[in-house]
Amino acid sequence: MSLHSNRPFRRLVTSAAAIVAAGVLVVGCTSNDPEETSDADDAGEEESTDNGDAAASGNDEPGDTVTIGFSGPLADHGWLAAVNSSAIEEAESYEDIDLRTAEATNDASLQISQIETFINEGVDAIVLLPTDGAQLTEIATRAMEEGIIVVNVDREFSSPFAARTTILGDNYGMGVSAGTYACQLIEENNIADPVIAEIAGIDSLPLTQDRSQGFEDALSACGQTVDNRVAAEFTVESGEEQASNLLQAAPQIDVIWNHDDDQGVGVKQAFENAGRDEFFFLGGAGSCNAMQWIQDGEMEATVLYPPTQAADGIRLARLLAQNKGMSDLVQVSVPRRIVLDAPVVTADNVEQYLDLCFES
Amino acid sequence: MSERRTPPPAPAADEHQRVEAAAAEAGVAAPKSTVGRFMASSAGRNSGLVIALLVLCVVGLLTAGDRFANVNNILTILRLAAVIGVVSIGMTFVIIGGGIDLSVGAIVALASVWATTLATQQLAEDYHWIFMVLTALVVGTACGLINGSLIAYGRMAPFIMTLAMLAGARGLAEIISERRTQIIGVRDFVNFINGSLLGIPVLVWIFAVVAAIGWVLLNRTTFGRRTIAVGGNINAARLAGIAVKRHTVLLYTLLGLLCGVAAVMLMARTTTGSSTHGMLYELDAIAAVVIGGTLLTGGRGTIVGTIFGVLIFTTLTNVFTLNNLDTSTQNVAKGVIIVAAVLLQQRVAARSDSS
Repeated sequence: MSLHSNRPFRRLVTSAAAIVAAGVLVVGCTSNDPEETSDADDAGEEESTDNGDAAASGNDEPGDTVTIGFSGPLADHGWLAAVNSSAIEEAESYEDIDLRTAEATNDASLQISQIETFINEGVDAIVLLPTDGAQLTEIATRAMEEGIIVVNVDREFSSPFAARTTILGDNYGMGVSAGTYACQLIEENNIADPVIAEIAGIDSLPLTQDRSQGFEDALSACGQTVDNRVAAEFTVESGEEQASNLLQAAPQIDVIWNHDDDQGVGVKQAFENAGRDEFFFLGGAGSCNAMQWIQDGEMEATVLYPPTQAADGIRLARLLAQNKGMSDLVQVSVPRRIVLDAPVVTADNVEQYLDLCFES
Repeated sequence: MSERRTPPPAPAADEHQRVEAAAAEAGVAAPKSTVGRFMASSAGRNSGLVIALLVLCVVGLLTAGDRFANVNNILTILRLAAVIGVVSIGMTFVIIGGGIDLSVGAIVALASVWATTLATQQLAEDYHWIFMVLTALVVGTACGLINGSLIAYGRMAPFIMTLAMLAGARGLAEIISERRTQIIGVRDFVNFINGSLLGIPVLVWIFAVVAAIGWVLLNRTTFGRRTIAVGGNINAARLAGIAVKRHTVLLYTLLGLLCGVAAVMLMARTTTGSSTHGMLYELDAIAAVVIGGTLLTGGRGTIVGTIFGVLIFTTLTNVFTLNNLDTSTQNVAKGVIIVAAVLLQQRVAARSDSS
């Protein structure tokens, strides 16, 4: 039956109805702000006047305006989204920061051209979370040579000349914390011949390799080894896929350490799909989901990897550009390398860390 | 045979004018109006693209002023365009020839990984960094050869074969590199390709040379003529005596070679070889080729159009960056541009046929 109607009025009415319906869909169904926005706004406002709970020092007094170029990789999971949003919020809370953002894809060539644009614009500082540290080292070194202060966040460059300051979480320490906690669990529960599994993140990144190394070293200190290891990609989908593979490969597991709580959503789903829960489930990064699971008893513990490091990077870039130092240190200039702490969050202390969590 | 023989027209400046002149002689109606004739000429066909690029430049100027209009920014745009541009020129040949290649990104990754292994880098340190370049070119050509042979002689559909190569090449790249990023220690190589000759970056020179050779190949050699014939009507081409299968193999091999060139450029730009290089390059290349006026069904296309296509996308990216806009909006804009460009081309083609 032909769809063409020979009656123009009917065609007009049908098209108009379709457009109105589409408009209603667009207006009604694309709003994505959660209902707690009012609370978040209040908290944000308080923070900007107090400049956070940390000791407000003379450093927070407005100085000369600094232009900061911020570039992060594509935020395809919650941790990276939290990194980007906390950095932007932090920059907005200072009136003397003029922020330029370039949200890159995972294409290194594209991120390089964005840094080139920042260099051309003559920004005072660049805060960079590279999609791959080694690949962006060359362009960062060039920025430093042009006199721009580069702050390297999280994924480390392969040359010390590529950045003035590097701030990152303690990846090796994360692995060690997880491994030590795993050893503790094995001892407390008297597990003989434990099967230990690891679900890593993007394997080609040095940070994943550091975490795995830390895990391995801590386990060998109590005489254990990693029996099964799979690598996902920090996304929910890859987490679910790799966790299913892992469960197939090992019919009985005692401890599982999943590097990242974002992919943990998929990992946990895979566990539920397979109906397996005979193991202790450890996580990493510290998402709000993970903290909720710990409170509900569905997860044993998680090791924190703060997404606020880019926000700290912005603060450091501002201090460096304004020639200030860190107020709580005796040494006047800003340190070259800051490694943030990686505490283990369990049911005992989860309340303390709840407001530092990030949404997946 | 007509009594009045008009003198044979002067040889046309490019292949399409030649095809159209031949069609006119055969009696197919040529557009009579000046606008129609203008639109049918190569300048006209590309006028839509030139306008689009000009509009983007104007938007860039209005929103970012002299941050957009200075030499350094133009060079930044050209450097970004150079890598994907080289791949797109190869893709133009394959698509005009009636095929398609989804594996270009994976071939770039494999070539970059193979050329940056410790063994190759050691060879480069001992002799000359040209060994790294040669390795990348050989790997790219070999992959292209495999693609072409299986498509032509194995009679596999190009889509399927190159899909298989996409998975296989990237997997092989991951195995060889053990999923690590391989850093290039051969500074001479990096410094040369990242440097400038006469004020213009070497990367842009490479793109320009490849584009020039591509143009000559398509418009001035029998290779180009055969490509258009094979893409336009494969049976007629075969009956006319063209070795269609061998030509198909040559097309894919050419694309593989150009992927090797792109890998060399990417290796220098990022100073690394990695199995994560070249992600989604196939989509970017196909998009650039298509909005440049090449028909996906084959038989029609220009190098100039492809270059404009690449420049439009990279200028868009640059304008977005200068204005702090995120890549998600940019991707939506890309989709809209592709649809608009193809629709516009169809209307122009229909109008020039009917006038």
